[in-house]
Amino acid sequence: MSLAPAARDATRGEVVLEARNITKHYGHLVALDGVDFELRAGEILAVVGDNGAGKSTLIKALTGAVRPDSGEILLDGQPVHFKGPLDARQRGIETVYQDLAVAPALDIASNLFLGRERRRGGIMGTVFRRLDKPGMRAEAERSMAELKFRLPSINSPVETLSGGQRQGVAVARAAVFARKLVIMDEPTAALGVRETGQVLELIKTIRDRGLPVVLISHNMPNVFELADRIHIMRLGRRAGVVSPKTHSMADVVAIMTGAVEI
Amino acid sequence: MTASSATVATPRAGLMARIVGTPSVGPLLVLLVFGTIFALTNPRFLASQNLSIILQQTVIIGTLAIGQTLIILTAGIDLAVGAIAVLGTIIAGKLVANGYDPVLSMAFAVLVCTAAGAAAGGLISGLKLPPFIVTLGILGILTAALRLISAGGAFPVRDAFLGWTGNSVKPFGFVVTYGVMIMLLLYAVVWYLLNETKWGRHVYAIGNNPEAARLVGIPVRRHLLSVYVLAGFLYGIGAWLALGRIPNADPNSLQTANLDSITAVVIGGTSLFGGRGGLVGTLIGALIVGVLRNGLTLAGIDPLWQDLVTGVLVIVAVALDQMSRRRR
Repeated sequence: MSLAPAARDATRGEVVLEARNITKHYGHLVALDGVDFELRAGEILAVVGDNGAGKSTLIKALTGAVRPDSGEILLDGQPVHFKGPLDARQRGIETVYQDLAVAPALDIASNLFLGRERRRGGIMGTVFRRLDKPGMRAEAERSMAELKFRLPSINSPVETLSGGQRQGVAVARAAVFARKLVIMDEPTAALGVRETGQVLELIKTIRDRGLPVVLISHNMPNVFELADRIHIMRLGRRAGVVSPKTHSMADVVAIMTGAVEI
Repeated sequence: MTASSATVATPRAGLMARIVGTPSVGPLLVLLVFGTIFALTNPRFLASQNLSIILQQTVIIGTLAIGQTLIILTAGIDLAVGAIAVLGTIIAGKLVANGYDPVLSMAFAVLVCTAAGAAAGGLISGLKLPPFIVTLGILGILTAALRLISAGGAFPVRDAFLGWTGNSVKPFGFVVTYGVMIMLLLYAVVWYLLNETKWGRHVYAIGNNPEAARLVGIPVRRHLLSVYVLAGFLYGIGAWLALGRIPNADPNSLQTANLDSITAVVIGGTSLFGGRGGLVGTLIGALIVGVLRNGLTLAGIDPLWQDLVTGVLVIVAVALDQMSRRRR
Protein backbone atom coordinates (compact mmCIF):
# COMPACT_ATOMS: atom_id res chain seq x y z
CA MET A 1 0.00 0.00 0.00
CA SER A 2 1.48 3.30 -0.98
CA LEU A 3 -0.16 6.58 -1.65
CA ALA A 4 -0.48 7.55 -5.26
CA PRO A 5 2.46 5.97 -7.00
CA ALA A 6 0.94 7.49 -10.15
CA ALA A 7 2.28 10.80 -8.93
CA ARG A 8 5.87 9.83 -9.36
CA ASP A 9 5.93 9.15 -13.06
CA ALA A 10 3.01 11.22 -14.29
CA THR A 11 3.62 14.73 -15.41
CA ARG A 12 0.74 17.10 -15.10
CA GLY A 13 -1.48 17.10 -18.14
CA GLU A 14 -1.02 13.52 -19.35
CA VAL A 15 -4.33 11.78 -19.95
CA VAL A 16 -4.93 9.05 -17.38
CA LEU A 17 -8.45 7.95 -18.23
CA GLU A 18 -10.14 8.60 -21.51
CA ALA A 19 -13.48 7.68 -23.04
CA ARG A 20 -14.28 8.10 -26.73
CA ASN A 21 -17.70 8.27 -28.26
CA ILE A 22 -19.43 6.16 -25.61
CA THR A 23 -23.10 5.28 -26.17
CA LYS A 24 -25.51 3.51 -23.90
CA HIS A 25 -29.18 2.82 -24.49
CA TYR A 26 -31.74 1.56 -22.03
CA GLY A 27 -34.48 0.36 -24.36
CA HIS A 28 -35.56 3.45 -26.26
CA LEU A 29 -33.93 5.74 -23.76
CA VAL A 30 -30.58 7.14 -24.83
CA ALA A 31 -28.51 7.62 -21.67
CA LEU A 32 -25.20 8.31 -23.36
CA ASP A 33 -25.13 9.67 -26.90
CA GLY A 34 -21.51 9.56 -27.95
CA VAL A 35 -19.87 11.13 -24.93
CA ASP A 36 -16.16 11.89 -24.70
CA PHE A 37 -14.28 12.16 -21.43
CA GLU A 38 -10.73 12.76 -20.35
CA LEU A 39 -9.10 12.92 -16.97
CA ARG A 40 -5.56 14.27 -16.76
CA ALA A 41 -2.87 13.48 -14.25
CA GLY A 42 -2.84 15.57 -11.11
CA GLU A 43 -6.21 17.22 -11.54
CA ILE A 44 -9.61 17.29 -9.93
CA LEU A 45 -12.13 17.01 -12.75
CA ALA A 46 -15.68 17.85 -11.71
CA VAL A 47 -18.52 16.23 -13.65
CA VAL A 48 -21.71 18.28 -13.52
CA GLY A 49 -25.03 18.06 -15.30
CA ASP A 50 -28.73 18.21 -14.78
CA ASN A 51 -30.62 15.13 -13.61
CA GLY A 52 -30.83 12.70 -16.52
CA ALA A 53 -27.94 14.31 -18.39
CA GLY A 54 -26.02 11.04 -18.21
CA LYS A 55 -23.61 11.73 -15.34
CA SER A 56 -24.27 8.54 -13.44
CA THR A 57 -24.31 6.35 -16.54
CA LEU A 58 -20.98 7.83 -17.63
CA ILE A 59 -19.47 7.19 -14.22
CA LYS A 60 -20.89 3.67 -14.14
CA ALA A 61 -19.30 3.00 -17.54
CA LEU A 62 -15.96 4.31 -16.24
CA THR A 63 -16.10 2.15 -13.10
CA GLY A 64 -17.24 -1.00 -14.88
CA ALA A 65 -20.72 -1.02 -13.34
CA VAL A 66 -22.28 -0.61 -16.78
CA ARG A 67 -21.06 -1.91 -20.13
CA PRO A 68 -21.31 0.68 -22.90
CA ASP A 69 -23.03 -0.27 -26.18
CA SER A 70 -20.21 1.26 -28.19
CA GLY A 71 -17.16 3.46 -27.86
CA GLU A 72 -13.88 2.85 -26.13
CA ILE A 73 -12.30 3.47 -22.78
CA LEU A 74 -8.56 3.93 -22.42
CA LEU A 75 -6.59 3.74 -19.22
CA ASP A 76 -3.08 5.22 -19.58
CA GLY A 77 -3.61 5.09 -23.32
CA GLN A 78 -4.42 1.37 -23.36
CA PRO A 79 -7.93 0.23 -24.36
CA VAL A 80 -9.71 -1.50 -21.46
CA HIS A 81 -12.96 -3.43 -21.17
CA PHE A 82 -14.08 -3.60 -17.56
CA LYS A 83 -16.02 -6.76 -16.74
CA GLY A 84 -17.32 -5.27 -13.50
CA PRO A 85 -16.56 -2.87 -10.66
CA LEU A 86 -14.06 -5.34 -9.19
CA ASP A 87 -12.20 -5.43 -12.49
CA ALA A 88 -11.94 -1.63 -12.58
CA ARG A 89 -10.71 -1.64 -9.00
CA GLN A 90 -8.06 -4.20 -9.76
CA ARG A 91 -6.77 -1.85 -12.43
CA GLY A 92 -6.38 0.93 -9.88
CA ILE A 93 -9.69 2.80 -10.08
CA GLU A 94 -11.34 3.33 -6.69
CA THR A 95 -14.83 4.72 -6.16
CA VAL A 96 -16.29 6.56 -3.15
CA TYR A 97 -20.05 6.57 -2.77
CA GLN A 98 -22.40 9.11 -1.32
CA ASP A 99 -23.75 6.86 1.43
CA LEU A 100 -21.16 6.07 4.03
CA ALA A 101 -19.75 2.74 2.96
CA VAL A 102 -18.19 1.76 6.26
CA ALA A 103 -18.81 -0.94 8.85
CA PRO A 104 -19.65 1.15 11.94
CA ALA A 105 -18.72 -1.35 14.65
CA LEU A 106 -15.28 -2.05 13.17
CA ASP A 107 -12.38 0.24 14.00
CA ILE A 108 -10.76 2.70 11.62
CA ALA A 109 -7.86 0.47 10.67
CA SER A 110 -10.19 -2.48 9.98
CA ASN A 111 -12.39 -0.30 7.79
CA LEU A 112 -9.41 1.06 5.90
CA PHE A 113 -8.30 -2.47 5.08
CA LEU A 114 -11.77 -3.99 4.71
CA GLY A 115 -11.73 -6.51 1.88
CA ARG A 116 -7.95 -6.13 1.54
CA GLU A 117 -6.76 -7.46 4.85
CA ARG A 118 -3.15 -8.42 5.18
CA ARG A 119 -1.83 -11.56 6.77
CA ARG A 120 1.25 -12.01 8.88
CA GLY A 121 4.42 -13.33 7.37
CA GLY A 122 5.72 -16.84 7.90
CA ILE A 123 3.80 -19.86 9.03
CA MET A 124 1.26 -17.81 11.06
CA GLY A 125 0.11 -16.17 7.87
CA THR A 126 0.33 -18.96 5.33
CA VAL A 127 -0.96 -21.84 7.43
CA PHE A 128 -2.95 -20.17 10.21
CA ARG A 129 -4.16 -17.24 8.06
CA ARG A 130 -3.54 -14.85 10.93
CA LEU A 131 -4.24 -11.17 10.25
CA ASP A 132 -1.40 -8.72 10.60
CA LYS A 133 -3.30 -6.39 12.92
CA PRO A 134 -0.31 -4.39 14.25
CA GLY A 135 1.02 -3.95 10.72
CA MET A 136 -2.33 -2.77 9.38
CA ARG A 137 -2.78 -0.37 12.30
CA ALA A 138 0.65 1.16 11.80
CA GLU A 139 0.02 1.48 8.09
CA ALA A 140 -3.39 3.06 8.70
CA GLU A 141 -1.89 5.60 11.12
CA ARG A 142 0.80 6.46 8.62
CA SER A 143 -1.68 6.92 5.77
CA MET A 144 -4.00 9.11 7.81
CA ALA A 145 -1.02 11.22 8.86
CA GLU A 146 0.12 11.54 5.24
CA LEU A 147 -3.37 12.61 4.23
CA LYS A 148 -3.34 15.11 7.13
CA PHE A 149 -6.71 13.79 8.23
CA ARG A 150 -7.22 14.08 11.96
CA LEU A 151 -8.93 11.23 13.74
CA PRO A 152 -9.13 9.91 17.27
CA SER A 153 -7.34 6.62 18.00
CA ILE A 154 -7.07 4.34 14.99
CA ASN A 155 -8.55 1.62 17.23
CA SER A 156 -11.80 3.45 17.87
CA PRO A 157 -14.92 2.08 16.19
CA VAL A 158 -16.04 4.13 13.21
CA GLU A 159 -19.45 4.66 14.85
CA THR A 160 -17.81 6.92 17.43
CA LEU A 161 -16.75 9.33 14.65
CA SER A 162 -18.66 12.23 13.17
CA GLY A 163 -20.22 11.88 9.72
CA GLY A 164 -17.40 13.87 8.15
CA GLN A 165 -14.76 11.71 9.79
CA ARG A 166 -16.56 8.56 8.68
CA GLN A 167 -16.69 9.72 5.09
CA GLY A 168 -13.04 10.72 5.55
CA VAL A 169 -12.28 7.07 6.33
CA ALA A 170 -14.10 5.97 3.14
CA VAL A 171 -12.27 8.59 1.05
CA ALA A 172 -8.93 7.70 2.62
CA ARG A 173 -9.53 4.03 1.87
CA ALA A 174 -10.03 4.85 -1.79
CA ALA A 175 -7.01 7.15 -1.87
CA VAL A 176 -4.75 4.64 -0.20
CA PHE A 177 -5.60 1.78 -2.54
CA ALA A 178 -6.16 3.60 -5.83
CA ARG A 179 -3.16 3.27 -8.11
CA LYS A 180 -4.55 5.34 -11.00
CA LEU A 181 -7.45 7.53 -9.94
CA VAL A 182 -10.33 8.02 -7.52
CA ILE A 183 -13.93 8.58 -8.53
CA MET A 184 -16.14 10.28 -5.97
CA ASP A 185 -19.88 10.17 -6.46
CA GLU A 186 -21.43 13.02 -4.43
CA PRO A 187 -19.07 12.35 -1.52
CA THR A 188 -20.42 15.18 0.64
CA ALA A 189 -24.13 14.94 -0.16
CA ALA A 190 -24.93 13.39 3.23
CA LEU A 191 -22.79 15.79 5.26
CA GLY A 192 -23.23 19.10 7.06
CA VAL A 193 -21.31 22.26 6.13
CA ARG A 194 -18.40 21.90 8.54
CA GLU A 195 -18.06 18.20 7.85
CA THR A 196 -18.14 18.86 4.12
CA GLY A 197 -15.17 21.19 4.64
CA GLN A 198 -13.11 18.39 6.24
CA VAL A 199 -13.78 16.08 3.32
CA LEU A 200 -13.06 18.77 0.70
CA GLU A 201 -9.67 19.40 2.34
CA LEU A 202 -8.99 15.68 2.17
CA ILE A 203 -9.85 15.57 -1.54
CA LYS A 204 -7.45 18.46 -2.19
CA THR A 205 -4.70 16.68 -0.30
CA ILE A 206 -5.27 13.58 -2.43
CA ARG A 207 -4.97 15.65 -5.62
CA ASP A 208 -1.88 17.41 -4.33
CA ARG A 209 -0.27 14.06 -3.67
CA GLY A 210 -0.69 13.37 -7.37
CA LEU A 211 -3.74 11.13 -7.59
CA PRO A 212 -6.28 12.46 -10.11
CA VAL A 213 -9.85 12.73 -8.87
CA VAL A 214 -13.18 12.64 -10.71
CA LEU A 215 -15.74 14.48 -8.60
CA ILE A 216 -19.44 14.15 -9.35
CA SER A 217 -21.33 16.87 -7.52
CA HIS A 218 -24.50 18.92 -7.56
CA ASN A 219 -22.96 21.46 -5.27
CA MET A 220 -21.64 24.29 -7.47
CA PRO A 221 -19.73 26.15 -4.73
CA ASN A 222 -17.92 22.90 -3.86
CA VAL A 223 -17.19 22.27 -7.52
CA PHE A 224 -15.77 25.76 -7.96
CA GLU A 225 -13.70 25.48 -4.81
CA LEU A 226 -12.11 22.18 -5.79
CA ALA A 227 -12.14 21.56 -9.51
CA ASP A 228 -9.30 22.26 -11.90
CA ARG A 229 -11.60 21.62 -14.84
CA ILE A 230 -15.34 21.11 -15.12
CA HIS A 231 -16.83 18.53 -17.49
CA ILE A 232 -20.43 19.53 -18.29
CA MET A 233 -22.93 16.86 -19.35
CA ARG A 234 -26.02 17.63 -21.36
CA LEU A 235 -28.38 15.17 -23.10
CA GLY A 236 -25.94 12.28 -22.93
CA ARG A 237 -23.05 14.24 -24.41
CA ARG A 238 -20.21 16.38 -23.22
CA ALA A 239 -21.49 19.92 -23.67
CA GLY A 240 -18.08 21.30 -22.85
CA VAL A 241 -15.13 21.39 -20.50
CA VAL A 242 -14.41 24.70 -18.81
CA SER A 243 -12.05 26.06 -16.23
CA PRO A 244 -13.46 27.63 -13.04
CA LYS A 245 -10.91 30.39 -13.56
CA THR A 246 -12.39 31.53 -16.86
CA HIS A 247 -16.05 30.70 -16.34
CA SER A 248 -18.55 31.63 -13.64
CA MET A 249 -21.16 29.45 -12.02
CA ALA A 250 -23.77 31.18 -14.15
CA ASP A 251 -21.83 30.22 -17.30
CA VAL A 252 -21.69 26.61 -16.22
CA VAL A 253 -25.39 26.50 -15.45
CA ALA A 254 -26.13 28.10 -18.81
CA ILE A 255 -24.14 25.41 -20.62
CA MET A 256 -25.77 22.70 -18.49
CA THR A 257 -29.25 23.85 -19.45
CA GLY A 258 -28.45 24.51 -23.09
CA ALA A 259 -28.93 28.27 -22.86
CA VAL A 260 -25.36 28.68 -24.12
CA GLU A 261 -23.42 26.40 -26.41
CA ILE A 262 -19.68 26.22 -26.64
CA MET B 1 -1.22 19.22 15.40
CA THR B 2 -0.58 16.36 13.03
CA ALA B 3 -2.75 13.34 12.59
CA SER B 4 -0.26 11.01 14.20
CA SER B 5 -0.09 12.97 17.44
CA ALA B 6 -3.88 13.12 17.50
CA THR B 7 -4.17 9.37 17.33
CA VAL B 8 -2.10 8.75 20.47
CA ALA B 9 -4.39 7.98 23.38
CA THR B 10 -3.15 8.17 26.94
CA PRO B 11 -2.48 4.61 28.13
CA ARG B 12 -4.38 4.92 31.39
CA ALA B 13 -7.57 6.24 29.82
CA GLY B 14 -7.14 3.58 27.15
CA LEU B 15 -6.95 0.76 29.68
CA MET B 16 -9.96 1.96 31.66
CA ALA B 17 -11.96 2.50 28.48
CA ARG B 18 -10.98 -0.92 27.27
CA ILE B 19 -12.18 -2.63 30.45
CA VAL B 20 -15.48 -0.77 30.50
CA GLY B 21 -15.86 -1.03 26.75
CA THR B 22 -15.19 -4.77 26.58
CA PRO B 23 -18.56 -6.30 25.80
CA SER B 24 -18.01 -9.41 27.94
CA VAL B 25 -17.60 -7.51 31.22
CA GLY B 26 -21.34 -7.12 31.79
CA PRO B 27 -22.13 -10.83 31.27
CA LEU B 28 -19.17 -11.79 33.47
CA LEU B 29 -20.57 -9.63 36.29
CA VAL B 30 -24.00 -11.26 35.87
CA LEU B 31 -22.36 -14.70 36.06
CA LEU B 32 -20.45 -13.72 39.21
CA VAL B 33 -23.57 -12.27 40.85
CA PHE B 34 -25.62 -15.42 40.19
CA GLY B 35 -22.70 -17.60 41.28
CA THR B 36 -22.29 -15.66 44.52
CA ILE B 37 -26.00 -15.80 45.35
CA PHE B 38 -26.16 -19.56 44.77
CA ALA B 39 -22.89 -20.14 46.67
CA LEU B 40 -24.13 -18.19 49.68
CA THR B 41 -27.54 -19.85 49.76
CA ASN B 42 -26.39 -23.39 49.15
CA PRO B 43 -23.02 -24.80 50.24
CA ARG B 44 -23.32 -27.65 47.72
CA PHE B 45 -23.23 -25.23 44.81
CA LEU B 46 -19.47 -24.64 44.92
CA ALA B 47 -18.59 -28.31 45.47
CA SER B 48 -16.23 -29.40 42.72
CA GLN B 49 -18.61 -32.21 41.81
CA ASN B 50 -21.39 -29.70 41.22
CA LEU B 51 -19.19 -27.30 39.24
CA SER B 52 -18.18 -30.21 37.04
CA ILE B 53 -21.85 -31.04 36.50
CA ILE B 54 -22.61 -27.44 35.52
CA LEU B 55 -19.89 -27.63 32.88
CA GLN B 56 -21.26 -30.93 31.57
CA GLN B 57 -24.75 -29.50 31.47
CA THR B 58 -23.44 -26.54 29.49
CA VAL B 59 -21.77 -28.69 26.83
CA ILE B 60 -24.67 -29.13 24.39
CA ILE B 61 -26.11 -25.62 24.54
CA GLY B 62 -22.61 -24.18 24.73
CA THR B 63 -21.60 -25.92 21.51
CA LEU B 64 -24.81 -25.14 19.65
CA ALA B 65 -24.44 -21.51 20.78
CA ILE B 66 -21.15 -21.24 18.84
CA GLY B 67 -22.99 -21.76 15.58
CA GLN B 68 -25.84 -19.55 16.76
CA THR B 69 -23.33 -16.77 17.54
CA LEU B 70 -21.86 -16.90 14.04
CA ILE B 71 -25.32 -16.66 12.48
CA ILE B 72 -26.52 -13.88 14.78
CA LEU B 73 -23.34 -11.93 14.03
CA THR B 74 -24.44 -11.85 10.38
CA ALA B 75 -27.77 -10.38 11.57
CA GLY B 76 -29.48 -13.74 11.09
CA ILE B 77 -31.02 -16.19 13.53
CA ASP B 78 -31.22 -19.98 13.61
CA LEU B 79 -34.42 -21.56 14.90
CA ALA B 80 -33.50 -25.02 13.60
CA VAL B 81 -30.40 -25.43 15.78
CA GLY B 82 -31.93 -28.00 18.16
CA ALA B 83 -33.70 -29.91 15.40
CA ILE B 84 -30.52 -30.23 13.34
CA ALA B 85 -28.58 -31.56 16.33
CA VAL B 86 -31.36 -34.07 17.10
CA LEU B 87 -31.27 -35.14 13.46
CA GLY B 88 -27.57 -35.90 13.97
CA THR B 89 -28.21 -38.06 17.04
CA ILE B 90 -30.98 -40.02 15.34
CA ILE B 91 -29.07 -40.64 12.11
CA ALA B 92 -25.97 -41.80 13.99
CA GLY B 93 -28.06 -43.93 16.35
CA LYS B 94 -30.09 -45.55 13.56
CA LEU B 95 -27.04 -46.34 11.44
CA VAL B 96 -25.17 -47.93 14.33
CA ALA B 97 -28.28 -49.89 15.33
CA ASN B 98 -28.31 -51.24 11.76
CA GLY B 99 -24.76 -52.46 12.12
CA TYR B 100 -22.79 -49.71 10.42
CA ASP B 101 -19.37 -48.64 11.60
CA PRO B 102 -19.86 -46.14 14.48
CA VAL B 103 -17.11 -43.73 13.38
CA LEU B 104 -18.43 -43.62 9.82
CA SER B 105 -22.00 -43.33 11.09
CA MET B 106 -21.16 -40.35 13.27
CA ALA B 107 -19.16 -38.77 10.43
CA PHE B 108 -22.13 -39.22 8.13
CA ALA B 109 -24.45 -37.69 10.75
CA VAL B 110 -22.15 -34.65 11.05
CA LEU B 111 -22.15 -34.42 7.26
CA VAL B 112 -25.96 -34.42 7.17
CA CYS B 113 -26.06 -31.67 9.80
CA THR B 114 -23.58 -29.68 7.73
CA ALA B 115 -25.78 -30.20 4.68
CA ALA B 116 -28.80 -28.96 6.66
CA GLY B 117 -26.82 -25.83 7.51
CA ALA B 118 -25.86 -25.50 3.85
CA ALA B 119 -29.51 -25.82 2.81
CA ALA B 120 -30.51 -23.03 5.20
CA GLY B 121 -27.57 -20.90 4.10
CA GLY B 122 -28.31 -21.54 0.43
CA LEU B 123 -31.92 -20.42 0.76
CA ILE B 124 -30.93 -17.37 2.80
CA SER B 125 -28.02 -16.21 0.67
CA GLY B 126 -29.16 -17.46 -2.73
CA LEU B 127 -32.86 -16.62 -2.65
CA LYS B 128 -32.41 -13.78 -0.14
CA LEU B 129 -35.07 -15.21 2.15
CA PRO B 130 -35.20 -14.01 5.77
CA PRO B 131 -33.22 -16.34 8.11
CA PHE B 132 -36.08 -16.34 10.61
CA ILE B 133 -38.53 -17.83 8.10
CA VAL B 134 -36.07 -20.24 6.48
CA THR B 135 -34.92 -21.76 9.76
CA LEU B 136 -38.48 -21.83 11.10
CA GLY B 137 -39.46 -23.79 7.98
CA ILE B 138 -36.52 -26.16 8.42
CA LEU B 139 -37.53 -26.62 12.06
CA GLY B 140 -41.03 -27.65 10.94
CA ILE B 141 -39.74 -29.99 8.25
CA LEU B 142 -37.19 -31.63 10.56
CA THR B 143 -39.61 -32.01 13.45
CA ALA B 144 -41.95 -33.99 11.23
CA ALA B 145 -39.14 -35.88 9.50
CA LEU B 146 -37.54 -36.89 12.80
CA ARG B 147 -40.80 -38.41 14.03
CA LEU B 148 -41.15 -40.31 10.75
CA ILE B 149 -37.55 -41.61 10.78
CA SER B 150 -37.65 -42.71 14.40
CA ALA B 151 -41.25 -43.94 14.12
CA GLY B 152 -42.24 -41.55 16.85
CA GLY B 153 -40.19 -42.94 19.67
CA ALA B 154 -36.88 -42.54 21.41
CA PHE B 155 -34.37 -45.37 21.35
CA PRO B 156 -31.21 -46.03 23.37
CA VAL B 157 -27.81 -45.65 21.69
CA ARG B 158 -25.35 -48.09 23.19
CA ASP B 159 -22.05 -47.65 21.44
CA ALA B 160 -18.64 -46.92 22.88
CA PHE B 161 -17.67 -44.41 20.20
CA LEU B 162 -20.98 -42.54 20.07
CA GLY B 163 -20.88 -42.23 23.86
CA TRP B 164 -17.14 -41.54 24.01
CA THR B 165 -17.45 -37.83 24.75
CA GLY B 166 -19.12 -38.71 28.07
CA ASN B 167 -15.86 -40.25 29.33
CA SER B 168 -13.80 -38.13 31.63
CA VAL B 169 -10.45 -37.47 33.18
CA LYS B 170 -9.99 -36.42 36.79
CA PRO B 171 -7.15 -33.95 37.25
CA PHE B 172 -6.99 -33.01 40.98
CA GLY B 173 -10.28 -34.80 41.57
CA PHE B 174 -12.17 -32.45 39.24
CA VAL B 175 -14.15 -34.41 36.67
CA VAL B 176 -13.75 -33.10 33.14
CA THR B 177 -15.49 -34.99 30.34
CA TYR B 178 -14.05 -35.19 26.84
CA GLY B 179 -17.21 -33.39 25.79
CA VAL B 180 -16.29 -30.37 27.90
CA MET B 181 -12.80 -30.37 26.42
CA ILE B 182 -14.14 -30.62 22.88
CA MET B 183 -16.53 -27.74 23.51
CA LEU B 184 -13.75 -25.54 24.87
CA LEU B 185 -11.54 -26.49 21.94
CA LEU B 186 -14.29 -25.51 19.51
CA TYR B 187 -14.66 -22.17 21.28
CA ALA B 188 -10.93 -21.57 20.97
CA VAL B 189 -10.79 -22.48 17.28
CA VAL B 190 -13.85 -20.51 16.23
CA TRP B 191 -12.74 -17.56 18.40
CA TYR B 192 -9.49 -17.54 16.46
CA LEU B 193 -11.36 -17.66 13.15
CA LEU B 194 -13.59 -14.77 14.20
CA ASN B 195 -10.94 -12.53 15.68
CA GLU B 196 -7.72 -13.28 13.92
CA THR B 197 -8.66 -14.08 10.33
CA LYS B 198 -10.07 -12.28 7.35
CA TRP B 199 -13.02 -14.68 7.33
CA GLY B 200 -14.08 -13.55 10.82
CA ARG B 201 -13.61 -9.90 10.09
CA HIS B 202 -15.86 -10.24 7.05
CA VAL B 203 -18.51 -11.94 9.20
CA TYR B 204 -18.59 -8.80 11.34
CA ALA B 205 -18.56 -6.51 8.30
CA ILE B 206 -21.52 -8.32 6.69
CA GLY B 207 -23.53 -8.19 9.92
CA ASN B 208 -22.66 -4.54 10.33
CA ASN B 209 -23.29 -3.16 6.87
CA PRO B 210 -23.84 -5.72 4.10
CA GLU B 211 -23.92 -3.00 1.44
CA ALA B 212 -20.53 -1.64 2.51
CA ALA B 213 -19.19 -5.20 2.59
CA ARG B 214 -20.37 -5.74 -0.99
CA LEU B 215 -18.89 -2.42 -2.13
CA VAL B 216 -15.43 -3.28 -0.81
CA GLY B 217 -15.55 -6.51 -2.78
CA ILE B 218 -16.46 -9.09 -0.12
CA PRO B 219 -18.45 -11.93 -1.77
CA VAL B 220 -21.33 -11.46 0.67
CA ARG B 221 -23.54 -14.36 -0.44
CA ARG B 222 -20.76 -16.91 -0.53
CA HIS B 223 -19.55 -15.72 2.86
CA LEU B 224 -23.02 -16.03 4.38
CA LEU B 225 -23.28 -19.55 3.00
CA SER B 226 -19.95 -20.46 4.60
CA VAL B 227 -21.23 -19.23 7.98
CA TYR B 228 -24.31 -21.49 7.81
CA VAL B 229 -22.23 -24.45 6.63
CA LEU B 230 -19.82 -24.05 9.55
CA ALA B 231 -22.76 -23.64 11.96
CA GLY B 232 -24.30 -26.88 10.61
CA PHE B 233 -21.00 -28.68 11.14
CA LEU B 234 -20.85 -27.41 14.73
CA TYR B 235 -24.42 -28.64 15.33
CA GLY B 236 -23.27 -32.05 14.09
CA ILE B 237 -20.47 -32.08 16.65
CA GLY B 238 -23.10 -30.94 19.16
CA ALA B 239 -25.07 -34.08 18.29
CA TRP B 240 -22.07 -36.25 19.13
CA LEU B 241 -21.59 -34.42 22.44
CA ALA B 242 -25.32 -34.88 23.17
CA LEU B 243 -24.99 -38.65 22.74
CA GLY B 244 -22.09 -38.56 25.21
CA ARG B 245 -24.29 -36.78 27.76
CA ILE B 246 -27.39 -38.97 27.34
CA PRO B 247 -27.04 -42.22 25.36
CA ASN B 248 -30.45 -41.86 23.86
CA ALA B 249 -31.75 -40.65 20.50
CA ASP B 250 -35.04 -38.89 21.09
CA PRO B 251 -36.94 -36.90 18.46
CA ASN B 252 -38.51 -34.88 21.25
CA SER B 253 -35.26 -33.87 22.94
CA LEU B 254 -33.49 -30.50 22.81
CA GLN B 255 -36.74 -28.65 22.38
CA THR B 256 -35.53 -25.73 24.45
CA ALA B 257 -32.22 -25.60 22.56
CA ASN B 258 -33.41 -22.75 20.32
CA LEU B 259 -34.35 -20.51 23.22
CA ASP B 260 -31.36 -21.58 25.30
CA SER B 261 -28.77 -21.06 22.58
CA ILE B 262 -30.22 -17.69 21.59
CA THR B 263 -30.30 -16.79 25.29
CA ALA B 264 -26.64 -17.69 25.71
CA VAL B 265 -25.69 -15.57 22.67
CA VAL B 266 -27.82 -12.58 23.64
CA ILE B 267 -26.95 -12.58 27.36
CA GLY B 268 -23.37 -12.88 26.21
CA GLY B 269 -23.67 -9.43 24.67
CA THR B 270 -23.98 -10.25 20.98
CA SER B 271 -26.42 -7.97 19.23
CA LEU B 272 -29.42 -9.51 17.46
CA PHE B 273 -28.96 -6.77 14.86
CA GLY B 274 -25.64 -8.28 13.83
CA GLY B 275 -22.02 -7.22 13.66
CA ARG B 276 -21.39 -6.79 17.38
CA GLY B 277 -20.41 -9.23 20.07
CA GLY B 278 -18.36 -12.38 20.14
CA LEU B 279 -17.69 -15.85 21.43
CA VAL B 280 -16.22 -15.01 24.83
CA GLY B 281 -19.56 -13.47 25.73
CA THR B 282 -21.42 -16.50 24.39
CA LEU B 283 -19.38 -18.92 26.52
CA ILE B 284 -20.15 -16.78 29.58
CA GLY B 285 -23.79 -16.58 28.49
CA ALA B 286 -23.99 -20.37 28.17
CA LEU B 287 -22.46 -20.68 31.64
CA ILE B 288 -25.01 -18.21 33.00
CA VAL B 289 -27.82 -20.39 31.63
CA GLY B 290 -26.12 -23.48 33.10
CA VAL B 291 -25.49 -21.89 36.50
CA LEU B 292 -29.04 -20.57 36.65
CA ARG B 293 -30.65 -23.91 35.86
CA ASN B 294 -28.32 -25.75 38.23
CA GLY B 295 -28.66 -23.26 41.08
CA LEU B 296 -32.44 -23.17 40.85
CA THR B 297 -32.58 -26.97 40.73
CA LEU B 298 -30.36 -27.20 43.84
CA ALA B 299 -32.71 -24.77 45.56
CA GLY B 300 -35.56 -27.14 44.74
CA ILE B 301 -37.35 -24.71 42.46
CA ASP B 302 -39.71 -26.05 39.78
CA PRO B 303 -38.02 -26.29 36.33
CA LEU B 304 -40.83 -24.19 34.86
CA TRP B 305 -39.45 -21.25 36.84
CA GLN B 306 -36.08 -21.82 35.17
CA ASP B 307 -37.63 -21.30 31.75
CA LEU B 308 -39.40 -18.23 33.06
CA VAL B 309 -36.19 -16.71 34.46
CA THR B 310 -34.34 -17.53 31.22
CA GLY B 311 -37.06 -15.80 29.22
CA VAL B 312 -36.84 -12.70 31.42
CA LEU B 313 -33.04 -12.65 31.03
CA VAL B 314 -33.28 -12.72 27.22
CA ILE B 315 -35.70 -9.82 27.16
CA VAL B 316 -33.54 -7.78 29.55
CA ALA B 317 -30.43 -8.48 27.46
CA VAL B 318 -32.15 -7.50 24.21
CA ALA B 319 -33.57 -4.36 25.84
CA LEU B 320 -30.07 -3.35 26.99
CA ASP B 321 -28.72 -3.91 23.47
CA GLN B 322 -31.53 -1.86 21.95
CA MET B 323 -30.91 0.98 24.41
CA SER B 324 -27.20 1.07 23.68
CA ARG B 325 -27.99 1.13 19.96
CA ARG B 326 -30.25 4.14 20.36
CA ARG B 327 -27.47 5.98 22.10
CA ARG B 328 -25.14 5.41 19.15
